[in-house]
Amino acid sequence: MDFINQNIQEIYFVVFCIFIGIEVISNVPAILHTPLMSGANAISGVILVGAILLMLNIPADDYLNLTLGGIAIFLGTLNISGGFFVTGRMLKMFNPKK
Amino acid sequence: MHVIIEVGYLLATISFILGLKFMSSPKKAKTGNLIAAIGMILAVVLTFFAGYTGTVPYINLVIMLVAIVIGTVVGKRFSDKVEMTGMPQLVSLFNATGGGCAMLLGMIEANPNHPSPAILTMQILLIAGLITGAIAFTGSIIAERKLAGKVKDYRTIGVVLTARILLALMILLPVLYFVGVIPVSFAVFVYFLAFLAMVYGVLFVLPIGGADMPVVISLLNSITGIATAFTGLVYGNKVMIAGGIFVGAAGIFLTLLMCKAMNRSLMKVLAGKFKKSTGIVSDEEQEIKEISVAETALSLSFAQKVAVVPGYGLAVAQAQHVCAQLQQILEKRNCEVDYIIHPVAGRMPGHMNVLLAEANVDYSRLKEMDEGNEVMSQYDVVLVIGANDVVNPAAENNPDSPVYGMPIIRAHEAKQVVVMKRGRSKGYAGVENDLFEMDNCSILFGDAKVSLQEIVNQLKLI
Repeated sequence: MDFINQNIQEIYFVVFCIFIGIEVISNVPAILHTPLMSGANAISGVILVGAILLMLNIPADDYLNLTLGGIAIFLGTLNISGGFFVTGRMLKMFNPKK
Repeated sequence: MHVIIEVGYLLATISFILGLKFMSSPKKAKTGNLIAAIGMILAVVLTFFAGYTGTVPYINLVIMLVAIVIGTVVGKRFSDKVEMTGMPQLVSLFNATGGGCAMLLGMIEANPNHPSPAILTMQILLIAGLITGAIAFTGSIIAERKLAGKVKDYRTIGVVLTARILLALMILLPVLYFVGVIPVSFAVFVYFLAFLAMVYGVLFVLPIGGADMPVVISLLNSITGIATAFTGLVYGNKVMIAGGIFVGAAGIFLTLLMCKAMNRSLMKVLAGKFKKSTGIVSDEEQEIKEISVAETALSLSFAQKVAVVPGYGLAVAQAQHVCAQLQQILEKRNCEVDYIIHPVAGRMPGHMNVLLAEANVDYSRLKEMDEGNEVMSQYDVVLVIGANDVVNPAAENNPDSPVYGMPIIRAHEAKQVVVMKRGRSKGYAGVENDLFEMDNCSILFGDAKVSLQEIVNQLKLI
């Protein structure tokens, strides 16, 4: 009970996000499902934010964690940059022509 | 400073919503993608300045900068180089990177050198993020390998059983650990869980049937989002929570949509359960009629209404452009040409639409499955190009068939069907296709692109 009491704001936030997520994409037509998926994929790269916060706090002599952190940042960036670039490339072809 | 960061995160969150929202129309989608990307950059830059203090070691900054630069360049190069046919593989690969990042964060957080979270809730969230991240990481890599044709379906009782045991362990072990039964340090425990989850990711995707791949990719996408959200909760970081949940919710929604399109429950897909094909392990050769290019061209020249059912084979042969050419020639002869697209044609939801868009096929000519089936008997010729399972009548009338129950394009109801096939091999689901034996169906063997080009040439002469 205590837990719910202390975290009620977070719980509201999470529940609202779920509804917004479903609501927003339920109008996307089937023809755009591939770009949608790849765009969503890029957004999940926001995990990079966490990687940066962590990396700023690792001691300079903690080589194991520095290495892991470096890889994490590389992977997160790859997710974001690849995701947005590839989505953009796909969408370019959906130009209304003629 | 604090206010600026919170507002920045809010703007980033809004940009994600807009990015997804704008995907509802092809016109706005590009703007949406740009807005979401700008929001992402904003979130990342703000985070850096929020967390930066004068005491951050020099080496950390160098590593970060180098990793970000390499990540950006590699991402750009991959996405520039990829063929549209290889898109599902690449999306799957990028998805793996997100999951891998989540897993690594969990591992670093748990390390004793690091002020790891001592509160039970935080530790549980950390473990949840780590496990989901690890599953998405290895699962997506296996999915990518399978899509590239490098790994085959591997459906044995051993794999399925081990996967289930691992899943049970990943739920049971944390409970035992927090009760205090397992006397190891948190870090060791977390590393062990990461290992289990990575193995589980592999075993989880291996047995899933090839035709179910679109569903799996979408599901893995969703899992990465959920991993991001869990990690966001550990940091109490709103932009991570929101971004992660949007992706998670969108992914689950798409997954269920696709399951509906294939008339399969998600549970069945996950169990890798196709109906056991009892007794139809037919080694016997099917009775089929071959047709020549000249004959096909002749049929087409007399046709008033033609439908094209495109499949992955068309994409592999890069034949979408020649196909568009054929369409133009036929239209000049007052013949109506439609494309009928199965919802799971290609290797990803909506993948075939991307490919046809690449070939400048007009959207008014694309018909969805149900729409096409209603008027199927009016088509004089249906050209099935590189599609197998989605036109298999066994899905409707043979309860023993592994594809039974999947909605299909009823090509067999048209007056004449020409199936373009490379060879006599079976389709992606590995099933015999009853359509090929039907009276109104004949097969044109050969590379789809070559055959189509020859048909175009012949039609010009007729």
